[in-house]
Amino acid sequence: MSIFKRSKENRTRNGQVYYRPMRDITLLRLFIFPTIILLIVINVFPLFWSLFLSFSRYSAKMPNIWGKNPRMIGTANYSRILTDPDIWIRFITTAKYVVLSVGGEMILGFGLALLIFRSNFKGKGLITTLLVLPMTMSPVIVGLMWQLFYDPNWGSFNYLLGLGRIDWVSDPARNLYSIVIVDIWMWTPFVMLLSIAGLSAIPRYLYEAAEIDRASWWLKFWKITLPMVYPLLLVALIFRTIEAFKIFDLPMGIVGRGAVAPRLLALHLYNVSFVTWKTSYGSALGYIMLIIIIATTSIFIKYLKKAKQ
Amino acid sequence: MAEIALRNIVKRFGSLVAVNNLNLHIRDKEFVVLLGPSGCGKTTTLRCISGLETPDEGKILIDEEDVTNKRASQRDVAFVFQLYALYPHLTAYGNIAFPLVAQGLSKKRTRQEVDRAAQILRIKHILNKKPRELSGGDMQRVALGRAIVRRPKVFLLDEPIGTLDAKFREEMRAELKKLHVDIGATTVYVTHDQVEAMSMGDRVVIMNLGVLQQVGTPHEVYNKPKNLFVANFIGSPGMNFISCKPLRGPGGKLALRLPVVNTTIAIPDETQTIIIDKKKEEKDLVLGVRPENVIFSRKEKSNHLQTRVYVVETMGSYNITDVRLGDETIKVRTAPSILPEVGETVYISFDPQRISIFDEETGDSVV
Repeated sequence: MSIFKRSKENRTRNGQVYYRPMRDITLLRLFIFPTIILLIVINVFPLFWSLFLSFSRYSAKMPNIWGKNPRMIGTANYSRILTDPDIWIRFITTAKYVVLSVGGEMILGFGLALLIFRSNFKGKGLITTLLVLPMTMSPVIVGLMWQLFYDPNWGSFNYLLGLGRIDWVSDPARNLYSIVIVDIWMWTPFVMLLSIAGLSAIPRYLYEAAEIDRASWWLKFWKITLPMVYPLLLVALIFRTIEAFKIFDLPMGIVGRGAVAPRLLALHLYNVSFVTWKTSYGSALGYIMLIIIIATTSIFIKYLKKAKQ
Repeated sequence: MAEIALRNIVKRFGSLVAVNNLNLHIRDKEFVVLLGPSGCGKTTTLRCISGLETPDEGKILIDEEDVTNKRASQRDVAFVFQLYALYPHLTAYGNIAFPLVAQGLSKKRTRQEVDRAAQILRIKHILNKKPRELSGGDMQRVALGRAIVRRPKVFLLDEPIGTLDAKFREEMRAELKKLHVDIGATTVYVTHDQVEAMSMGDRVVIMNLGVLQQVGTPHEVYNKPKNLFVANFIGSPGMNFISCKPLRGPGGKLALRLPVVNTTIAIPDETQTIIIDKKKEEKDLVLGVRPENVIFSRKEKSNHLQTRVYVVETMGSYNITDVRLGDETIKVRTAPSILPEVGETVYISFDPQRISIFDEETGDSVV
């Protein structure tokens, strides 16, 4: 499409055709409107549509008959979810997963960052790049790969750790932890990278001042390193909490969504919405998860704002 | 308190020799200023004394104890950084209290000590503020507070007022001097500002390119500069230099011939003797005269050199008039009332009792 618009009054002089250039604002709209329309279609509309559905009875598998499918039922979906004794187990399992995986990632990631940042050896860059590799892989592939590692018969995980025939995948008492391990393996580098960025931003003179002030290494860590890296650690915490809370691909890859799968909310949401096709029930569950995530992150963000001051 | 001795200190950064074979003795309770242009090694020297850098060669003694390989935290020195280096997330109180917390002092004692320091520096009203809420001067006071609260043996200050505006710098200069008198700790102060050095130091140590040029009282370094570098660096503006050569005149008397204006000027008998004694009679020399020792006249006088006014700078309490002597510019300090026109013909001569003479080849002082 030409950005020059032909208009009648400009067709002048010696029969030559002149074009009037398009105004800036028109050009601006031309670029912005497609994006806005795309956002409305794939983000905003589904958001409100699913909110509407969560107050109705609806299955995406059935033909749409207004008044029947969907049929408004008020807050019935929500009360069903919140009174289901099973759902609390799912909440607790998910919370456990979040705390264990994010906690592990924060401690290990920050620890690794300290180790790498403080040390000065040849191939430091290479080691850092290698450590970051897990993060760059597709979660589903990671899940399938670890499923092979974990195989009790011929997987290398048990073999390398000398653990005998432990079933990491289909034992419901254990498979949550096997997913936690993979999550930590995959996402520790993310925390490490952010921590290294934070550590590099600490001016050296602060440590010199602390050295002059005769601070012990612990005091330097506690009063300088930690408070200075804290905002970036919080950012890592926010990202990882959101991700871990809605974790789906890793458990799906490692354990699958069957009866032995750990009772994680996202897996349940998938089963409800796309296996049994209770779309409206799934929408309500999705909204409850959204509210929990927003509430949790807004607490973190509040701390982040405070830390930045 | 503390004496500091530096013995043959050498510090290199790669191929660059930042400090080259420095020997210096700093007496107890003395206020010594390390002065020099940027890159002269003064800050490196200070950092070596503090323990933040370890010299490649030589020894550092504090109170006759060899501390060369001791860490900064084991030396009982306080350091005030050029950019303050305050802990950004701690309040002014937290910053000043930090060294005491590190020492494990009780909360009550800490508060007492911080209050004492705040009292001295008059910063009690800002103790609850964080560094980013403070002005440059207040940050500087907090940094000083952090240094004095510990009552260290040695105070090291690295251009502590370099970033403040001119007016405030003057104020802080007096305050720092007063602080030194009150506390009485041995103080080493780094600056590139010769006014600071001259006004504050008991002794001034002048460095250039890592090499010590001269150590002396402000009076000594100003009036008896050891070489051309010191003569030029000290004083605002610095000393005037004119190439010259000794010449036997009638009666066998030694005079100085100035090739730039093709004239000869007489010099006092004792100056002649020194030139002869030091065997500089045949050498190319440099005549040095401070701007205030140039005698200026708008009327023609005998023994005066004729020159033309180039630029006049009015400074308030005096004027600096640049005149051209051949290809050389001579700066003359005159009374504020004397305001010659640019291009005006004027006459100058040099106070023979107050001239310096240097060896052009080595740059060292002859007279």
